[in-house]
Amino acid sequence: MSSEPGSSERQEVLSVEDVSVRLAGREVLKEVSFSICAGEFTGLIGSNGAGKTTLFRVILGLQASTAGKVLVAGSPRSRRNPQIGYVPQKFLLDPDVPLRARDLVGLGLDGHRFGIARPSRARRELVDEMLAAVDAQAFADARVGTLSGGEQQRVLIAHALISRPKLLLLDEPLANLDLPSGQEVVALLARIASEQGIAILISAHEMNPLLPVMERIVYLVGGRAASGTTEEVVRTDVLSELYGRKVEVLHIHGRVLVVAGPGNDSDDAHKHEGPLIAVEIVQ
Amino acid sequence: MSASLASLFAPGFFGSSTVHVALLVGAVVALVAGAVGVFTVMRGQSFAGEALGDIQTTGGSGAFLVSVPLLWGYVAVSVVAAAAMELIGIQRARGRDLATGIVLGVALGLAALFLSLLATSQNTTGAPFTILFGSMFVIASSTIPLILLLSAIVATVVAILYRPLLLGSVSAELAAARGIPVRLVGALYLLALALSVALAAMTIGTILSTALLIGPAATALRLTRRPGAAILAAGVIGIGAMWLGIVLAYDSYDWPPIHQGWPVSFFVVSIIFALYLLAGVPRLWRARRRGGNPAVVAGEG
Repeated sequence: MSSEPGSSERQEVLSVEDVSVRLAGREVLKEVSFSICAGEFTGLIGSNGAGKTTLFRVILGLQASTAGKVLVAGSPRSRRNPQIGYVPQKFLLDPDVPLRARDLVGLGLDGHRFGIARPSRARRELVDEMLAAVDAQAFADARVGTLSGGEQQRVLIAHALISRPKLLLLDEPLANLDLPSGQEVVALLARIASEQGIAILISAHEMNPLLPVMERIVYLVGGRAASGTTEEVVRTDVLSELYGRKVEVLHIHGRVLVVAGPGNDSDDAHKHEGPLIAVEIVQ
Repeated sequence: MSASLASLFAPGFFGSSTVHVALLVGAVVALVAGAVGVFTVMRGQSFAGEALGDIQTTGGSGAFLVSVPLLWGYVAVSVVAAAAMELIGIQRARGRDLATGIVLGVALGLAALFLSLLATSQNTTGAPFTILFGSMFVIASSTIPLILLLSAIVATVVAILYRPLLLGSVSAELAAARGIPVRLVGALYLLALALSVALAAMTIGTILSTALLIGPAATALRLTRRPGAAILAAGVIGIGAMWLGIVLAYDSYDWPPIHQGWPVSFFVVSIIFALYLLAGVPRLWRARRRGGNPAVVAGEG
C-alpha cells in the first residue's frame, strides 16, 4: 500500500523503496516503502526504537541503507540536498549564546558555506519574510537560547524553509512542547504545506495531535512500515498484521487508541519486539 | 585628567622596545584569542581549552631543556595534544571530557618530570615561572614573525569556518544534514584552539592562557546578541586588558614589597575578571527594575 496506482497527478517528492538498514547486526529497518507528494502532510508514527530516526538519517543521506533506494524529486538523494529542509529534535542552546533568531534563520540560507556572510538587503528581506511566515517577528532579535520550546521550533522551521525545500523533515517536533504550543506548531506546518506546496514528513510517537491535519501516515513497528492514508492504515487488520498479533483500533471521543486485542496476554505483549503496551495509547 | 593619565605611564614606558614588543604581541594574541574564545564558549569546549593550556607546560619546559624557542615547544605540544584528543574522541559528546582528561593526565606527568629537571639545573632559575605565568617583557623580538604568522593562520581558519562553526554549535545534527563535514570542521577548529592557546601561553603563561580565551569571550557574550559583534567585543576587551596589564606591570617595578615588578599575567587576568563582573551589572540592574528575581533573571539572560 505504498502508492496508489493510477494517481499520476501526485507529484512524488520523496520515494522510499524497499529500504532496509542493518546496524550492528540488528535489522533496524525492514523493506520500508512509501512515497510523499507535494503539499502532503505525512506523519511518521512509531514508538521509541521503531526506526524513525534511522529512517530520517537515511533520507538525509547521513546513513547508508543496506538495501533499497531513496529518490528525492525523482533523483537519487545526494549528501547535501537543498530540496530537503530538516528540523532536528530539541537542541539545547545556552541563553548566553550570541545568536539571534534572525541569525539562525539566515544560517538556513548559507550556513554550509565557508567564509563570512556579506549582509545584503535581499538577504535581510528574505530572513524577515521567513520570520513572518512562522509568526516569529516578535522575537526575531532575541537570543535563540532564551526562547521557549515552541518559539525555537518556529525559528528552526523558518531556518529549514528559507532554502525553499520541496520536502520538510521534522524529528519529533512535539516531543518537548506543551499541548497548546504543539497545536500551534502543527497548525503552522499544515498551513505551510498547503500554501507553499511543500511535502511535510513529521515524526512523532503519538498520532493524535497530528490527526486533524495528517493526510497520510507511515506507521513503523519494529522497523517495518505500513503506509497510506490515515484511514487505510489505522485499522485493526492492518495494524494487527504489522504488530504480528491482534490489536484493536478504537475511536474514542475523536481520539484513536490502539490497544492489545483480546487473547493477548499483556506479559506476552511486552516480550514482543514491537513495543506494544497492554492498553497501548499510541494516542 | 592629563596629569593623572601621565602618571599612569611610568617614565620610559613609550621609549622601551621591550614594551613595544609586549604591546604588539599582546594585541595580536588578544584579538585571535577573542575570536577563538567566542566559539570555545559557544561550543562548550572551555575544558578542552583549559587542558590544552595546562598541557603546554610540558612543551615549554621541554623547550627549555633542549634549548629551543619557547613558542616552538608550545606549538608542538599543543598540536600533538589536540590531535590525540581528536583521535581519542573529543567530538563525541560522551567522549569529550574523557579524551581531554586522558591527554591532560599524560602530558602533566611529563611536565612534572621536565619541571623538576629544570629546577635542579642552575642556569634556568626563572624558567618554571616564565612557563607557568608568562612574561611579556622577555619575549624575543625574533619570535614576532612566527607569532604573527600563527595568528594569521588562526584568524584565517576561523574566518573560513565561521558559518559552519556557528551552525555546528547550534546543532551538530543540523550541520551534518546541511552537508557540512562536521568532523573535519571540528578538527580544524580544535587546531585553531590549540594554536591560539599556544600564543596566549607566550603572553600570560600556560596555566593562565585560557583566561585570555574564555574571559573576554564570556564578557562579550553578556554584552551582545550577535556572533560577529561578540567576536569583536571579545577582541577589544582582550586588547584593553592586555595593554592596561602591561602598563600597570611596568609601573609596578617601583611597587613594594619586591620592587622587581609584579607579573603582567596577574594584572591581565584580574582586569579580565573585573570586566566580566562589570558586564553583569546592566543585567542585574534591568532585572531589578523589572522587579524580577535578579539571580534567576541573570542566569536566564
